Amino acid sequence: MVDRTAFWKAETRTRASSLFLGAALVLVAVAIAAPAFVGRGALRDLFFILTMLVLAQSWNLLAGYAGLVSVGQQAFVGFGAYAMFAAVSLWGVDPISAIVLAGVAAGLLALPTGFFVFRLQGAYFAIGTWVVAEVVRLSLAQWKALGGGTGTSLPAGATRDFAPVAWIQGLFGVRPAHAVDILTYWLALALAVAAIAFIYRFLLTRQGLGLAAIRDNELAAGALGVDARRLKWAVYVATAFITGLTGALIYVQTARISPDAAFSVVDWTAYVIFIVVIGGIGTIEGPIVGVILFFLLQNGLSQYGSWYLLVLGLIAILVMLFAPRGLWGLFADRTGIQLFPVRRTLRQAGPKPQTSDSRGGPHG
Amino acid sequence: MPILALDNVSKKFGALAVADRISFEVPQGQALGIIGPNGAGKSTLFNLVTGNLAVDAGSIAFAGQDVTRLRAMRRCAMGIGRTFQIPQPFGKLTVFENLLVAAAFGANEQEADATERCAAILEETGLARQANRVAGSLSLLERKRLELARALATDPKLLLLDEIAGGLTEGECGQLVETIRAIHARGVTVIWIEHVLHALTPVVDRLLVLHFGRVIGIGDPREMMESEAVREIYLGIEI
Ligand SMILES: Nc1ncnc2c1ncn2[C@@H]1O[C@H](COP(=O)(O)OP(=O)(O)OP(=O)(O)O)[C@@H](O)[C@H]1O
Ligand SMILES: [Mg+2]
Repeated sequence: MVDRTAFWKAETRTRASSLFLGAALVLVAVAIAAPAFVGRGALRDLFFILTMLVLAQSWNLLAGYAGLVSVGQQAFVGFGAYAMFAAVSLWGVDPISAIVLAGVAAGLLALPTGFFVFRLQGAYFAIGTWVVAEVVRLSLAQWKALGGGTGTSLPAGATRDFAPVAWIQGLFGVRPAHAVDILTYWLALALAVAAIAFIYRFLLTRQGLGLAAIRDNELAAGALGVDARRLKWAVYVATAFITGLTGALIYVQTARISPDAAFSVVDWTAYVIFIVVIGGIGTIEGPIVGVILFFLLQNGLSQYGSWYLLVLGLIAILVMLFAPRGLWGLFADRTGIQLFPVRRTLRQAGPKPQTSDSRGGPHG
Repeated sequence: MPILALDNVSKKFGALAVADRISFEVPQGQALGIIGPNGAGKSTLFNLVTGNLAVDAGSIAFAGQDVTRLRAMRRCAMGIGRTFQIPQPFGKLTVFENLLVAAAFGANEQEADATERCAAILEETGLARQANRVAGSLSLLERKRLELARALATDPKLLLLDEIAGGLTEGECGQLVETIRAIHARGVTVIWIEHVLHALTPVVDRLLVLHFGRVIGIGDPREMMESEAVREIYLGIEI
């Protein structure tokens, strides 16, 4: 029974999550050191995994938590990429500053596009985001200084002459192109860690709780004082910023841009949705599992051409039918393990001895 | 100054007038009961007061401030708390987290401060043992309790209760009446829609009778129950 004199507290941490945090720190340390012992090919693979992971985390926050099912996130990938290209090749900004600028530019783009898409509900919202992406793509394809419809490349010296690249060259004794790959890999690693930490911290705040309430029942959330409109706007702009940063980083590494590639709905939205759905929407763990599986599938099936897309689609359908909460959801349901717990468990923390039913945990 | 004042509030769904020039005032600290047959427009009236529905005409003032055009979340933050007749829990959140949302946003409390108060409310509403259960797994009766608990967690000045006594046993109903009485005694103004009249009458100071979206009487509960108009409406309905 409840003890009146006891003092209460809410806890989110679990033993599994504390262990995981330790393991994650070790993993990140190893990942930072990776360029010393893995080759360029592996670095490029890791770069791909990390950047797709950031896009997936960002889409998951948008769709899985805020309920904003966008199929137009390529607008921010492409816009970020173009903003970075313009900053580097037209205005001589260094690549890292250009990536930050690109993120800000994408966040700013979200203000007018949000004004448009927030007028739409459900499926119309999704269609609206796609229309916005097409409009942005067609507009940037008119930008002659950046190659118009056919695209352009970054000036050869833009990344090679960048001071950190020279420093990395010295550090590892590698050629400039390899040093650029190391730099972009590190940036992708930093971005992935920062994005996950930011999203997780956000979910643990009051606003994060409000977002979960909106996801579950928007009507009730409003009646209880949650400002759904403001929260959705905040998430929309924040994910545009993250997506823009990622787009810019991807194209620093690629060093060549064209409107069709930078605004590809398949690369930057369809694959991302696939990753989130098979991994498990509405969890941070889901996209991590999803991106690894996606990478393995892509490598294993790439020689089969268009069959590859068919298999991806088939897998997505099977997962949606048999594990609607994704592979991570399946695992978490069986084991009760959460690596990024957001559940606030009410516990008695008073001086009195605790009774067994005050321990909380997933009973019932 | 009345805490709630409705002035000629009207609302139509298509051709159906569910609120027809409704005007009444509720003084601070009063408990008002609302009765009326199914479909009379009682829940709709709540939705208009809370801002979950927009009025077609008329105005609503809360604590002297015109709230007619304010969004539901604003009105909640000002002190209007409500329950839903059909419970609307946050299904994937726990019972405790459901209350935490209400306390953090409706009462604008920091989570640490809110925890203690939410725990007390859970106890008061008989949900302490369900605190860490996912709301989606609750029974209907537990969900109704959660509605009340969550509304209380917003720390309301005006509490709107929409049929929370249905389906309770005699004993549970008595407990609920005691809980509402205690809340009312703390100075919270209560408006309570209820078909279970023996729960309502011991608590309310006045009774409002709604029929086809119109107020057909408001006054002393006993007098209202015995009035000709009410007897006519409820003819053949056991009360
Ligand atoms: N969103 C809506 N759209 C159209 N009609 C509605 C809507 N909501 C309610 N109605 C209709 O308005 C009328 C009043 O509904 P309301 O829910 O306010 O009645 P009530 O007095 O609460 O009834 P009950 O005692 O059954 O809860 C009913 O005829 C109902 O069918
Ligand atoms: Mg009703």
